[in-house]
Order: sequence, then C-alpha cells, then structure tokens
Amino acid sequence: MTDARSGQPEEHADVVLCPDGPMLLRGKAVVQDEDGVRHRTTRPVSAVCRCGRSALAPWCDGTHKLLRG
Amino acid sequence: MIAALISTPDDGPRDFAAADGAEDDALTLWVLHELHYRGFAGVDGRWEWQTSTIGLRTELERALEDRLRDRRPEPVVTGDLAVDLLRVVADDDGPSLARHVQRRATREQTLQLLRQRSLYHLKEADPTSWVIPRLSGGPKAALLEIQFDEYGNGDPRRLHHRLFQAGIEASGLLPGYAAYVDEAVLEVLEQNNALSMFGLQRRLRGAALGHLAAFEGTSSLPSRQLAQGLRRLDFPEEMAGYYDEHVEADAVHEQLALRDICVALVTAEPDLYDDVLLGAWACLDLEARTADALLTLWDAA
Repeated sequence: MTDARSGQPEEHADVVLCPDGPMLLRGKAVVQDEDGVRHRTTRPVSAVCRCGRSALAPWCDGTHKLLRG
Repeated sequence: MIAALISTPDDGPRDFAAADGAEDDALTLWVLHELHYRGFAGVDGRWEWQTSTIGLRTELERALEDRLRDRRPEPVVTGDLAVDLLRVVADDDGPSLARHVQRRATREQTLQLLRQRSLYHLKEADPTSWVIPRLSGGPKAALLEIQFDEYGNGDPRRLHHRLFQAGIEASGLLPGYAAYVDEAVLEVLEQNNALSMFGLQRRLRGAALGHLAAFEGTSSLPSRQLAQGLRRLDFPEEMAGYYDEHVEADAVHEQLALRDICVALVTAEPDLYDDVLLGAWACLDLEARTADALLTLWDAA
C-alpha cells in the first residue's frame, strides 16, 4: 500500500473501513454506542459494526453478510 | 506403523506395514504429521526426520494433494483475488453442521461433533503458524496479528485451544490432546491432514493462507449458531463461550485474512493466486464432506 498523494509507503492504519464490512480498530480504545454506552476494546484489533444489525454491537458479528443483496 | 515408531529410529529403509485403505492412509498421515506437532509419549523424537518417515509422508501427501486437485472444479479467475475468494465462499452450498446443532441435534450428536472437532481445536491455529517464516512484510505482520489473537494475546488462559479444552472438559469429555483420534471419521482426518500439509510445505503457503481466509470467512455466523445450539441443549457456559469468542474474533480475522494477508500475498507473489483459491476451495470442500458424513451418520441429511 502506498499513500495516495505522496506515493510513499503509507503508515499502518489504526482504523480501516472494510468494503461491505465492519470498521477495524487497532489498539486500545473506548467506543461509545448510539445509546451513549461506552465499550472498551478487549483485543488488539476490533471490528466495529457498520451495518447496524449486529447482536454484539458495537462489535461486528458477521451479520452484514446476511444483508447482501 | 505405530508399532514401528515405538522402536529406535535408524537410517535404514523401513517397510512400514502396507496401509489398508483410505482410512488407514489418513490415520497414518495424521500420525506422521503429529510427529511435527506434539509427538507421542514413548516415540523417539528422531522419528520426525528419518528418511523412512519423511518418504512415507511425502508419498501420502502427494496422493492427498492429487485427490484435492482432481476433485476441484475449474476456478473462476477475474484477476481481483478478493472478488474470487468471496465467490468461492459464496458458492459454498455444503450442508451446515452448525445449523443442525442450532436447531435439531441431540445432545449425543453434539458431543460426537465436539469429539470430532477436538482433533483440530486442541491445536487450533498451529498448522497455520508453520507459514509465518515463509512470509515477509505485510502478510507476515497481518498473519501474526491473527495468530496472536488465536493464542490469547499473551494470556495463556485465553489461548483458543485452551478455551476449547475447558469447554469440552466442562461438558464431560476428555480434555487430552488427540484423545478422540480413534473415533475420527475419514473426512475429519483429511481436513486435519490437508491443513497440516498446506502448513508444512512451503510450496503450498498460498493454499494455507487461502484456507485461512475461507475458514475465518465462514466462522462468525456458524459460531453463533453453534453457541445457540449448545445453550438450547444446556451445555456449560464454557463450551458456548468458546463459540461466542469466535463470533467476535473471526469477524476481525476474516477481514485481515482476506485483504491484509491473501490479497497482499498475491500482490507480492502473483504466482500464488491459484493456490490461494485452491486452499479456500479445499477448506470448504473438506468441511462439506465432514458435514455430509456426520449428517448421514445421524440420518439427518
């Protein structure tokens, strides 16, 4: 991967938006959900739900794959 | 062959007793692979690298690889590996053991499934660790990110194979490594053997990582079904909790395996494109065969 502007090798991303999938979040973080409840990450890389249907929200549980057309 | 392994190794050629059919071949290869993992009590560690055992392992692996390649349908190759890998997963129409456990399986069938799965889950992630020193750069770092999670992120109590062990022990099963190999069906032995072969042969590193991508990419949703089934059948929380962990962990792993590992690997080594697809297909094919075998056994197909 290279940086889109400089062409230099890019920094390792802390946040990755996966196509048709969750948002990967690297490192320790506290995620606040829609109800204002805060959730601390428990693993080095966490997948945050982006489809809004996860039963484990705010974490991804793979449900987005059932929503694909 | 087991009897031969009890003896002291020597450099001479060995005429291991002729194998008797596919199941004997599969069990023999499983035993030979285990020499590279934890070995066996009472078996001299030098057997791992004798010309006789390596020769037999090579012969059996060659036959297994040939069977897989012969069985595999022509892959669809678009030039976009992520698309092709997702298609292999989407095209999988094998029966689902997880759905059976979720809805209908009896307690006895579920215990039998856990015993079959124990062959792999008690060394979970180990076959893929063989691949690490064959990689460099991005794919290596991303694979380590997955493996570190599989191995409990530094906490031995969170090792995935330890979680499985605690689960089956709480469920009344034997927690010992390979305790149930004698009742493993042919299809389960082949699943394990293919994974070990992909891991142990550097040439097949693409297949090992394609297998990983398909495995992780078909884990979250079935793990949730298994957890629901285990709770329906009143299994202990430790057992259901093992699958809960996989719902969340594998939702991360599948993303890393697909793009950060497989796509990055093939970008660096384009010749591995087809092997990555082979490994993904093999993962799903072997699981479908296991599901067929067990569901037929239970007359639930």
